[in-house]
Amino acid sequence: MASDRKPPPGSSGPSQRAPEWADGLKQLYDSVVEEDLPDSFKDLLARLDEIDPRRGSGTGGSPSPSADGRGARG
Amino acid sequence: MSDSDPTGDTPRSATDKADFKRELTEVVPHLRAFARGLCGRPDMADDLVQETLLKAWAAQDRFEPGTSMRAWTFVILRNAYLTDMRRNRFRGEYDEGVAERILTAPAGQEEPIHLSDLHRALLTLQPERREALLLVGAGGFSYEEAAEICGCAVGTIKSRVGRARAALTEMLASGNIPRRSSDDEAAHRAILEELDEVAAGNLASTRP
Repeated sequence: MASDRKPPPGSSGPSQRAPEWADGLKQLYDSVVEEDLPDSFKDLLARLDEIDPRRGSGTGGSPSPSADGRGARG
Repeated sequence: MSDSDPTGDTPRSATDKADFKRELTEVVPHLRAFARGLCGRPDMADDLVQETLLKAWAAQDRFEPGTSMRAWTFVILRNAYLTDMRRNRFRGEYDEGVAERILTAPAGQEEPIHLSDLHRALLTLQPERREALLLVGAGGFSYEEAAEICGCAVGTIKSRVGRARAALTEMLASGNIPRRSSDDEAAHRAILEELDEVAAGNLASTRP
């Protein structure tokens, strides 16, 4: 019945043959991950504790995490 | 002066809050990397991440402990980016800083790929394809996770990643990477070549 379904090409991982630049892409990403965090971020993170999330609108905008009405988890 | 809050609708313990803060802090470097890939300019990317952190903090009651903080915050960042895109704040500009770095060729590979070329090529991709490739190829998300983040079907993500990979491979192989704006020589040449192909009636055969 369902035998005409297309066989999945190499299961569901991103494991199809990676092109030669694939490492470079990862390297671009990792190079940013490994950067020292600028002070502006440390300041912001330190300041977060003073912001009551339930009062929310300290930043003026809507705190909605997903404009399209859905979160990362369903 | 309301330092005591008697009626929290979603009561979160101090531990939960501390956990949230810790997880949020841990994910910042990844947010920066994702944002840099999306919008190219480091300063704008960092603005985007700051905006994301504030939004995530404000929405922390909606985070389910135990789920992926990285995926959750990527959704927020992505939405902030799309909103800014609609306001035309970002135009996928080229990060000059990366241009200095060169990717050393692994043994057995004939010529090194310049990271700057790769980055420039990446920024010329359609935003949806670039995003899909960043999530899967750089961020290490599964297709399923990337689909959740983008709010689309798994098949759509697979197809976007596939097209992004094909486009990058072609650009890098030919060395024909448009620069950041369309008045650049390479971009101009690319357009002219495409027009030639259209004129010759063989455009279809060049794109599988």
